[in-house]
Amino acid sequence: MEAINVYAARLVSKKEYFTPGHRACQGCAEALAVRMVAKALGNNVVVACATGCMEIISSPLPFTNWKVPWIHVAFENSSSVISGAEAGVKALIRKGKRIDKGTVFLGMGGDGATCDIGLQFLSGAFERGHNFVYVCYDNEAYMNTGVQRSSSTPFGASTTTSPSGKVKPGQVTWKKNMPEIAAAHNIPYVATACPSYPFDLLRKVEKAARTKGPAYVHILSVCPTGWRIPPAKAIWIGRLAVETGVFPLYEVENGKYRINIEVPEIKPVEEYLKPQGRFRHLTPELIEQIQTRVTKDYQKLKAKTTV
Amino acid sequence: MGKRIGIENSLAAAEAIMMANVDVVAAYPITPQTHIVEHLSELVADGELDAEFIPVESEHAAMSVCCGSSAVGARTFTCTSSQGLALMNEIVFIAPSLRLPIVMILANRSMSGPLSIWNDHTDVMSIRDCGWIQVFTENGQEIFDHVMFAFRVAEDPKISLPLIVNVDGFTLTHVIEPIEYWDQETVTKYLPDFKPVNVLDPDHPVTMGAFGMPSIFTEAKKSQDQALINSKPGIVQAWEEMGKLTGRHYRPVETNCAEDAETVFLTMGSFGETVSIAVDELRKQGKPVGQIKIRLWRPFPFEEFRQAVQGVKKIIIVDRAISYGGPGGPVAGEIRSLLYGEDNMPVITNFLCGLAGRDVTPEDYIAMYEKSEAMKGIVREEDYIFYGVRE
Ligand SMILES: Cc1ncc(C[n+]2csc(CCOP(=O)(O)OP(=O)(O)O)c2C)c(N)n1
Ligand code: SF4
Ligand SMILES: [Mg+2]
Repeated sequence: MEAINVYAARLVSKKEYFTPGHRACQGCAEALAVRMVAKALGNNVVVACATGCMEIISSPLPFTNWKVPWIHVAFENSSSVISGAEAGVKALIRKGKRIDKGTVFLGMGGDGATCDIGLQFLSGAFERGHNFVYVCYDNEAYMNTGVQRSSSTPFGASTTTSPSGKVKPGQVTWKKNMPEIAAAHNIPYVATACPSYPFDLLRKVEKAARTKGPAYVHILSVCPTGWRIPPAKAIWIGRLAVETGVFPLYEVENGKYRINIEVPEIKPVEEYLKPQGRFRHLTPELIEQIQTRVTKDYQKLKAKTTV
Repeated sequence: MGKRIGIENSLAAAEAIMMANVDVVAAYPITPQTHIVEHLSELVADGELDAEFIPVESEHAAMSVCCGSSAVGARTFTCTSSQGLALMNEIVFIAPSLRLPIVMILANRSMSGPLSIWNDHTDVMSIRDCGWIQVFTENGQEIFDHVMFAFRVAEDPKISLPLIVNVDGFTLTHVIEPIEYWDQETVTKYLPDFKPVNVLDPDHPVTMGAFGMPSIFTEAKKSQDQALINSKPGIVQAWEEMGKLTGRHYRPVETNCAEDAETVFLTMGSFGETVSIAVDELRKQGKPVGQIKIRLWRPFPFEEFRQAVQGVKKIIIVDRAISYGGPGGPVAGEIRSLLYGEDNMPVITNFLCGLAGRDVTPEDYIAMYEKSEAMKGIVREEDYIFYGVRE
């Protein structure tokens, strides 16, 4: 395993489909994740992107960072737009008006676009069974509009609409479990990933692309700006999210769960929370509460693992 | 031309869409639009129509799916009414900015509340400034013809804009009328294959729906406005060619007994037929009355409209939507402003009626005429009258 991680980098394509020169903040792991997803999918793809950081930073008219066909319509509906693209191409191929190139259809959006305002749209697209990949870039808040909370913001995080105050500890609700919601649609493939684990991420996106029917990849995307960490720490924080069990890397293939990055010894969540400005205000009691929850959720996930 | 059959207008509309060889239909049910999409899904289920029918979970998704399918070059249709239009509103404004030639039938219905499923024009007036080409129809034959027209005009590479065909809910959607179908040969002659200007294709990647900074936004919007204005010659040509093929001649502004009229009624949609009965009756009484129907609502046909009202002393504008607290109904407000400052500007009286399906009979129009005759000059407070309302 060690050897693969050392040499696999050379096996990864040098081609970029999401090009340099975009306007993301320094150290943005969401932009890094997008770059990896684009790399994994290659050039035979159609992308529908939701409003949010990744749209704004990559398509300032008259420029674009996209070397593949790309469309942005609105905030909540990239899953519907890509459904339409997929269905349109299917009809055109069947009617002999377009040749079948085996194109992959990718819908993508942030956690706000996916877990909140676009949840109904995505659920509809899953239920209808379109042959598409949906990637959620989860930076745990509405970053594009100034770090407001979403349903994917973790308990205790201070955001601009869940600020920590004299009586409130920041976000008072627990993070919505979007991968589980996706899996509950009985779609053939669901996975979590993080750009701090690039080969795992690339492999999962490739697998999602090969899947017939809907596939969902939920990528934890560290946002130095919103999480209040130095840009150089983004990859390290992503690793800690996995090593503390806060964000386990797993996949659900045809209902079968598998944890992909086994952490021999789970680190205390405090190691993950402490370096981040958004958790700075947390008391030992609150950290304990988070630890209990993380441990419980991790055990629940392990119990589902059959392979 | 094809056969002439008695059929419900909605079913005929669906069959016209089938004959137009649509590729993708995405729609969500809402009365009075339902019969159109139900029949389309039947045609797909029976293998008569080779298309993807996408039963989306909302109208917002319907319009979003349409954007995706149109962007890959598929001929795309949707259909809605009232609340459904309101829910998809966000994307209705985006589609023309992406220059996606989606065709939509809007089965006109009032907007809630109180909740009402019946017909008026409050839905379409709420999206007046959305940037779609917008036309009105008056009967089943016109609906059938305008399905063909809609795809041809929207997809014309010189136009490439979405198009709404307004069809009065129930009054037109739920009645059986004799309709002359087109034969397939005529359809093929009239309606070429869809050749999109821009298409999402991995072999020729394009970026659609980019983000516009203030330094470029106004330019983008001006070019969109220009595109809508420039669509008019193509629209007129499409009607002229249809006239040659079918013998039915449509124009941006249509008139009846207007040449020597002193007073004209102005309507849009199905009310035109009832008004023509009132006009006949008033003419019998020796009154110099005529009528004007606006078929092309956007882009607005200024030239044709000015020509139609030349020499007219009074226009009775029948509005079927309210502009709360505004200067009259939406149609009257526009007509007043476009005639403002013209020499011999006609007097305008404005009646709001036929809201949420309330009947307006020929006798009612005669009463409106008499009421307007009694008004002298421009009386502001009487410029805007709820006709037939119980106080
Ligand atoms: C209908 C609608 N509501 C609100 C907005 C404003 N808005 C744009 S992006 C955004 C947040 C995006 O958050 P997320 O999806 O998490 O993406 P991120 O920017 O964090 O990558 C919001 C609230 C919008 N564009 N459209
Ligand atoms: S705000 Fe966060 S997610 Fe957005 S570009 Fe900056 S670092 Fe990336
Ligand atoms: Mg976010």
